[in-house]
Amino acid sequence: MTVLLPIPPLVPIPPLAVPGEVRRMVRLTYLTALTTLLGYVVFFVFGFLRDLFRELLDWSKSDDLRGYAPICPPFEDFYTRRIYHRIQDCFARPIASAPDAWIDVVERYSNDNNKTLRRTSTASRCLNLGSYNYLGFAAGDEYCTPRVIESLKKYAPTACSARADAGTTRLHVELEELIARFVGKPAAITFGMGYVTNSSIIPVLVGEGGLIISDSFNHNSIVNGARASGATVHVFRHNSPSHLEEVLREQIVKGRQPGTHRPWRKILVIVEGIYSMEGEFCKLPEIVAICKKYKAYVYLDEAHSIGAVGKSGRGVCELLGVDPADIDIMMGTFTKSFGSCGGYIAASEEIIRYLKHACPAHLYATSMSPAAVQQVISAIKVVLGEDGSNRGAKKLAQIREGSNYFRSELKKMGFVVLGDNDSPVMAIMLYNLAKLPAFSRACLRQNVAVVTVGYPATPVLLARARICISASHAREDLIKGLKVRLSFL
Amino acid sequence: MASAVMNMTTAALDWVTVVFDAPLARAVVFGVHIDGHLVVEVLLVAVILFQLTRKSYKPPKKPLTEKEIDDLCDEWVPEPLHPPITEEMKAEPPILESAAGPHTVIDGKEVVNFASANYLGLLGNEKIADSCITSLEKYGVGSCGPRGFYGTIDVHLDCETRIAKFMGTPDSILYSYGISTIFSVIPAFCKKGDIIVADEGVHWGVQNGLYLSRSTVVYFKHNDMASLESTLEKLTHENKQAEKIRRYIVVEAIYQNSGQIASLNEIVRLKEKYRFRVILDESHSFGVLGNSGRGLAEYYGVPIEKIDIITAGMGNALATDGGFCTGSVRVVDHQRLSSSGYVFSASLPPYLASAAISAVNYLEDNPSVLTQLRSNIALLWKGLADILGLAIASHPLSPIVYLKLKKSTGSSKSDLELLNIITDRVLKEDSVFIVSTKRSVLDKCRLPVGIRLYVSAGHSESDIHKVCDSLRRVAALVLV
Repeated sequence: MTVLLPIPPLVPIPPLAVPGEVRRMVRLTYLTALTTLLGYVVFFVFGFLRDLFRELLDWSKSDDLRGYAPICPPFEDFYTRRIYHRIQDCFARPIASAPDAWIDVVERYSNDNNKTLRRTSTASRCLNLGSYNYLGFAAGDEYCTPRVIESLKKYAPTACSARADAGTTRLHVELEELIARFVGKPAAITFGMGYVTNSSIIPVLVGEGGLIISDSFNHNSIVNGARASGATVHVFRHNSPSHLEEVLREQIVKGRQPGTHRPWRKILVIVEGIYSMEGEFCKLPEIVAICKKYKAYVYLDEAHSIGAVGKSGRGVCELLGVDPADIDIMMGTFTKSFGSCGGYIAASEEIIRYLKHACPAHLYATSMSPAAVQQVISAIKVVLGEDGSNRGAKKLAQIREGSNYFRSELKKMGFVVLGDNDSPVMAIMLYNLAKLPAFSRACLRQNVAVVTVGYPATPVLLARARICISASHAREDLIKGLKVRLSFL
Repeated sequence: MASAVMNMTTAALDWVTVVFDAPLARAVVFGVHIDGHLVVEVLLVAVILFQLTRKSYKPPKKPLTEKEIDDLCDEWVPEPLHPPITEEMKAEPPILESAAGPHTVIDGKEVVNFASANYLGLLGNEKIADSCITSLEKYGVGSCGPRGFYGTIDVHLDCETRIAKFMGTPDSILYSYGISTIFSVIPAFCKKGDIIVADEGVHWGVQNGLYLSRSTVVYFKHNDMASLESTLEKLTHENKQAEKIRRYIVVEAIYQNSGQIASLNEIVRLKEKYRFRVILDESHSFGVLGNSGRGLAEYYGVPIEKIDIITAGMGNALATDGGFCTGSVRVVDHQRLSSSGYVFSASLPPYLASAAISAVNYLEDNPSVLTQLRSNIALLWKGLADILGLAIASHPLSPIVYLKLKKSTGSSKSDLELLNIITDRVLKEDSVFIVSTKRSVLDKCRLPVGIRLYVSAGHSESDIHKVCDSLRRVAALVLV
């Protein structure tokens, strides 16, 4: 038993550096940065003091770990216990209805200062500006739901088996042909979860001796897939084709070993269609041109853009005028625009055949639930107009107009809003950590459900509120949302 | 000659002495006599200082010109994204035209299905289908968001509570896909510097999790407790550092790659002796082992608190999709912010969560389905006992019945070709659907390949007799 006071635990130092062009884009002034940092410092200091008190009070209690290291070391947990728990009621709010334009947010209460939250049986009806429901397929749809129920009765909720074993049904084959046709590629392969698609495909395509160059704001699934592949990973500045060219030139010349300059086996550049925390499109034409010049392969992750942008919903390629044949691998998910679950990869016939032979998710993981497959098939048919109506075109027009209207109104009100025109995702900058719960709780009191994000999903100084517009939002809903915002100015 | 040199040397020395004692050198600066040699010494010091301040000589590196970089970039040729396509890559799995229950339809013909892990026969259960339909009508198909951003639907919370109540643990956490459960849980608790001892036969999901965690991983021989003990001994012997870092043993309850069952009582004894924690993957044993289906801990009579982390995929016995992880409150709570597959991914579709709740309810109300499963396995064992060329390599209680070649051809590849011929003929000629081992190029497992049969409580006696007869006939033809 030591007699000295224990040393305060180490705190993870969050990356504070915000590149110059990002600071200009989000209009982060020195005053804002300073006040935000000050807020964090106050939180950390109070957290330290509370941890110290906890150590002193628990000192006399018996140590029932008996020779084990703690399963969650105190410094890993610091952010969770001392900062996140204070504002826990702003996240993971349960809902009691479909994630449509209006949702029933379940009210929760806490008896121990937000450490644990309990559900009540009351729910309040709120405007949903947080769910990824771009085309409004989240709740029941008149064309999709009957077909989904029929598929469920015919094929059961799951096949209990991997695609390579007994998990391939007629529906899976139909979906793969349909999504390949929709996206404009010869063939496609589907998986039951978007996250697993990235994590298990990238290691199959690029292994050791290869180079992956990925955008600095890429999603966690891409980062995990790149790490699991064993290839060298380099990062280029967010959406900067010039920096990408610089990195490519430097790396091809350097080779994969500093002494011998052995050439790289292959180079894969990974970008996303819409970056979900900023709402902006990637500069696809320039990036594709650079990759063609240097013979690098392009991997485009259209998780948020497929079905939501483009004249007929075919994603960023259609919007920005890039030929799908120029992109080697097109990946996307069915969760956001099609109201289902799962992911897909569309590429040439040979690549897909190889992936079906080698990808672990195809060989080992349970195949996608047939009802979810049917939902995607029906949703794509609606978008393409093959169900015999023009609801698809109407939805696409509605989401485009709704998001442009909302964004322009917010800008008029004086908020700093990120996101390009035509993008259904936009971010309102809040910067200060203390503003996150204030904004979120105040909106909830006025029956608007918003999503606020801070560190670690965004850089430390750039906390924001993120809005996702849906085709099921009527103009009145958007106006109500704006009025609520207005009351905070 | 020598005298001339001597003369010259003496003359030089005289000259030097004269210089040293020259009148110029006899100046007086600040009251100090400056002698000639002082001048030489000062000059020497100056030269030394001058040399020290010069940069060390490196042959200058000529930076490449833009044109040279362009040429190098033009010369570089990448490998194609895929290797050449071989015949075996073109093989397609059979396409099902109905639910994958004990009987299914392939190519218009009805076949007996031993390829789905439908252990409790819940595929096609009316009650579960009804609860799914109610859920679909209320919540739609997808949940349209991760758990942190309005993707938490009340059925998810109900499902987590139900599973925790069934297992007897304080809390559980739901994942949206079976295989992502284990490779998200392991990196959440194991970081660089921790020690993990894992079985060499674990499946790809576990291997991926171990790689992503960046911890030190040591493998022990498949299901060999002596090997585990010696590995633990080696790691902790004389290693004082070992006490300050987290140490884990990662095993599966029923191994997907071989059908063996881990000896949990031995593992718990070793874990307590050497102070390790246990991460147990119960994907194929949840709902199968134990008197009421609570898994490996119930089967061995080990209290559930002794196992630190239990994960399971629900795509097997529970006939739904997704996965869960359960353990102490600290374990479950930590994952809600640190587990990447939970935080950065959309949540489980609500209708699958309702299916899970109904499946667990069914299991609790009808424990007789477990006895049915066990008798089916026993019947299958009896029927497969005398097959020419194939031997059963799995545990008698495992619902995955694993058939190995008695005499291997020497390479995994040719073994697999032989086994594929058997499974194809069994399907085409006798309408029985069985599958062989599938190995991905990324899989590091080196256990022998074989044929897998998944036994279900929904199989009838005639189904089991059919598969035994068919295998006996085809194996005799192919494996002479």
